[in-house]
Amino acid sequence: MDIKTNSKLEKIMKSGHMGVSSECGPPRSSDPEGIIKKGHLIKDHVDCINITDNQTSVTRLCSLAACIHLKNEGLEPVLQMVVRDRNRIALQSDILGAASFGINNILCLSGDHQSFGDHPNSQNVFDLDSMQLIQTVRHMRDEGKFLGGDEIKLPPNMFVGAAANPFADPFKIRVPRLAKKVAAGAEFIQTQCVYNLDKFELWMEGIVERGLHEKVFIMPGITPMRSVGMAKYMARAVPGMDVPKELIDRLSGVPKEKQAEEGITIAVEAIQRLKEVTGVSGFHIMAIEWEEKVPEIVERGGLYPRPKID
Amino acid sequence: MIVGEQKPFDEVWEMVKNHKQLTVFGCNTCVAVCHQGGNKEAEILASLLRMRATQEGVDMDIVNGGIERQCEHPFFESAQEMLEGSEAVLSLACGIGVQFVAEKYMSTPVYPALNTTFLGDVQEDGFFTEKCQACGDCVLGLTGGICPVSRCCKRVLNGPCGGSTNGKCEISKDIDCAWQLVVNRLEALGKLDDYEKIAPVKDWSKDRAGGPRSFKLEGF
Repeated sequence: MDIKTNSKLEKIMKSGHMGVSSECGPPRSSDPEGIIKKGHLIKDHVDCINITDNQTSVTRLCSLAACIHLKNEGLEPVLQMVVRDRNRIALQSDILGAASFGINNILCLSGDHQSFGDHPNSQNVFDLDSMQLIQTVRHMRDEGKFLGGDEIKLPPNMFVGAAANPFADPFKIRVPRLAKKVAAGAEFIQTQCVYNLDKFELWMEGIVERGLHEKVFIMPGITPMRSVGMAKYMARAVPGMDVPKELIDRLSGVPKEKQAEEGITIAVEAIQRLKEVTGVSGFHIMAIEWEEKVPEIVERGGLYPRPKID
Repeated sequence: MIVGEQKPFDEVWEMVKNHKQLTVFGCNTCVAVCHQGGNKEAEILASLLRMRATQEGVDMDIVNGGIERQCEHPFFESAQEMLEGSEAVLSLACGIGVQFVAEKYMSTPVYPALNTTFLGDVQEDGFFTEKCQACGDCVLGLTGGICPVSRCCKRVLNGPCGGSTNGKCEISKDIDCAWQLVVNRLEALGKLDDYEKIAPVKDWSKDRAGGPRSFKLEGF
């Protein structure tokens, strides 16, 4: 497979290895130390680290700046970019800015609605949607042009990712929707947290049937549950999340002080099972505010050591 | 039609309370359908203001009237005398009507009694829903006749986003996911394959973003 960018993730997955990404949320302050520390905690166990972009619409240190901090530490960041807050001028400008710091990966997202966040009275932008943002980055990179048509002297060189939620409705368009993102130019996909493995496998079957797995690297999202309370909350309150009753029952059946450990085990079992699924190319491990557990999950999931790539 | 909702009464009172004379002026078309700004509502609002003025010991002469549409010159003929003799006007029209009155009577203060809320339909008596944002470049032909610009909270042109659950939007169980409706329609039309056509980047210059819009018919 042709290597198109300097992305470590691209090189690893195109060499036939499973990719491993993780995710860190920037702080609600101007102090970068926390995110740098989180990055170092997981750097040997993952190929790249997503930096969220004002996730759940709560204002934080910006994704681009946090990516630069990690890059300066020699780590490999993935710039998450939502279309909620910026128009096409700002989006393209930030893409160039990121590329100028050697940031090689981008994840194109819609973004949670601002009503969930700390500024529910704010305006939203949505000049482009996530599909069109994928097209935009590919256009900038491959055609060397802005959306407006002008030439970019030194185009950004980024491996382009998108998100997919196999569990959102309507289910019948979930495979066509992925096909659409692939047609738009997505090269890797990080999915919503996978708890309902059967449904995920059903989605993957549809993907393999259409040969989409040969065009895009699919990385199921893995988030360990810290407690039965978290599982119940995610089942009840997080949009587009599918947490089966059996998982909640399994955690409920364990004493409170052992639930976190059980959550890790459930995550590890999910990795072990999904590794064998045709079309799964890696994992996106999102241990929300629990980054110190990422190395253990990666090791027990049989994804360690990480391949060395020049 | 244009849907409006009366402002809280206290907010209306605060705007007008310092005038000695006030004309409460209804607009008997769109905003009459939603029972907020018609001539009948103008009469009721005028009565409430008179009572408030009495309660507060404010000396204010309040009259009420109205016309069929506050957005076209010919309709104003019948009310010309009333408006010319007004110290201030409280218009129950949408924002268009309020501005039209303000433009016609340069030296008369005009206040809005309504918040203009959206372009919508009458789903049932007393229930109105938004259906259009006048984006200036209609995409309904591509989306099965369901508007993603006005009905999707993220105006996603290639939806649905990951927050669609059981046909509802991530922001509220009371809001239908527009893209679920699009998919249902495409399926009913036997055109589900069209779902995979990528909607191109939209030209928002025809929307609010391009500045105030107008068009002129030739030959008039």
